[in-house]
Amino acid sequence: MYSEKVMEHFRNPRNVGEIPNPDGVGTVGNPVCGDMMTIYIKVKDNRIRDIKFKTFGCGAAVATSSMITELAKGKTLEDALKITRKDVADSLGGLPPVKMHCSNLAADALHEAVNDYRKRQEGGQKR
Amino acid sequence: MRKVYMDHTAGRPVDRRVLRAMTPYFRGFYGNPSSLHSFARETRKGLKRARAQIADLIHAERSEEVFFTSCATESNNWAIRGVAARNEKRGKHIITTGIEHMSVTNVCKLLMKEGFKVSFLPVDEYGKVELDALEKELTDETILVSVMYANGEIGTIEPIKEISEVVHDSKAYLHVDATAAMGQLEIDVKKDDVDLLTLSSNDMYGPKGVGALYIKRGTRLEPLIVGGGQESGMRSGTENLPNIVGMGRAAELARAEMKAESRRLSRLRDRFIVGILENIPHSFLNGHQTERLPNNVALRFSFIEGESMLLNLDIVGVAASSGSACTAKTLEPSHVLRAIGLKHEEAHGSLLFTLGRQNTDDDVDYVVNLLPNIVKRLRAMSPLTPSELRENV
Repeated sequence: MYSEKVMEHFRNPRNVGEIPNPDGVGTVGNPVCGDMMTIYIKVKDNRIRDIKFKTFGCGAAVATSSMITELAKGKTLEDALKITRKDVADSLGGLPPVKMHCSNLAADALHEAVNDYRKRQEGGQKR
Repeated sequence: MRKVYMDHTAGRPVDRRVLRAMTPYFRGFYGNPSSLHSFARETRKGLKRARAQIADLIHAERSEEVFFTSCATESNNWAIRGVAARNEKRGKHIITTGIEHMSVTNVCKLLMKEGFKVSFLPVDEYGKVELDALEKELTDETILVSVMYANGEIGTIEPIKEISEVVHDSKAYLHVDATAAMGQLEIDVKKDDVDLLTLSSNDMYGPKGVGALYIKRGTRLEPLIVGGGQESGMRSGTENLPNIVGMGRAAELARAEMKAESRRLSRLRDRFIVGILENIPHSFLNGHQTERLPNNVALRFSFIEGESMLLNLDIVGVAASSGSACTAKTLEPSHVLRAIGLKHEEAHGSLLFTLGRQNTDDDVDYVVNLLPNIVKRLRAMSPLTPSELRENV
């Protein structure tokens, strides 16, 4: 049911974990729905220098989280915000239709993390 | 790589001896049993023998009370629709439970659209039907109560005899879906006083594509499928002889071997359950601890999700199943797990192993040794895992 690429990311997820003192954090989803993920970013010179994730969920949830960390790493914040759910699914060779909505949350989590970073900047709360 | 199949509730191989019994009916004995000529003699004999073998297995009074269908889903549809159609003048109330198979639940939901009232009985935290609630729901309008013999997803066995006593204090019929219990539990329709019983074939290592409905003599119901009048006019369609003969032989084998095999499976099951619950913190058993199908190991793990466990098990050659949202066609967690009071996030962490003939102690050891690491790895990845547990994972 899953593409080879999805299974490859599921088997060897990239950038799993937390970043201590992150510059931005984004959490989306809900354990009630069966999928939840948190993305941590470290930003330097307007670029995502480091990114990690933690995910509760199915194979697609894990694979999309892993894929988004690869897509976002090194990108400017503006480019990171341009990454869509569809980009993530396409980069994984597609997702089963039933997974497109519920498990393909990684792009949302990344956007949340970037917005969180910007909010912290505005508030002068940079740690 | 080692392959361990523990998804027997979803599908089983056909027993070699069953296959041998079926083979002549594909090319040798092909006459239509309804025909008059000599070619029909052998098929008629095979049909009669299979009916008797199944009647013997469930201790039916007469073999003519066994009717062949295409599968257990058809039997469930027929029992409920058939009784509803024939008895609606007596009343339009049906009682069932919150943990039935979808082939029962969905027929009841359709009947509600057609003006029937359906009560879905609550179950306790182990999945047992509450007799008090049943008693309260029964009225003069109730024409049918449908309860499963045992639940394949959580393993719990229902108190059918007690249920039957309550039901038969009223005028209602009792239908029992025995699919998950087939080939594992001794079923006695006389002792349990059941009016209608759904039987499956593959659950006792017979072929798929055949099932049966036991109808106690005198039970009033309409046929679901009409046509040429086969099965005493109750279920038309040319008999699927190879499958019917296979189901009969499977019933005969189950009758002879079930007791010893169920004892063996119960021991494997209990070793499996203890091995997991003792080695994995925050792991739980779904369903009843002792009143449980011999082959059923239904587990639940906090902070992680079922499908990701299944995929990891598949990577190491282990086939299991999950009632979790992500594997189903709908996004809701299983109605059975919700009915026993699990929260959505708890239901999502469930994993179901159903054992069978080919499983050995070595298979159980293999899974019991591998699963803790899979759980540990997924918990390390999960944002829900509490930090004190993360240190220990």
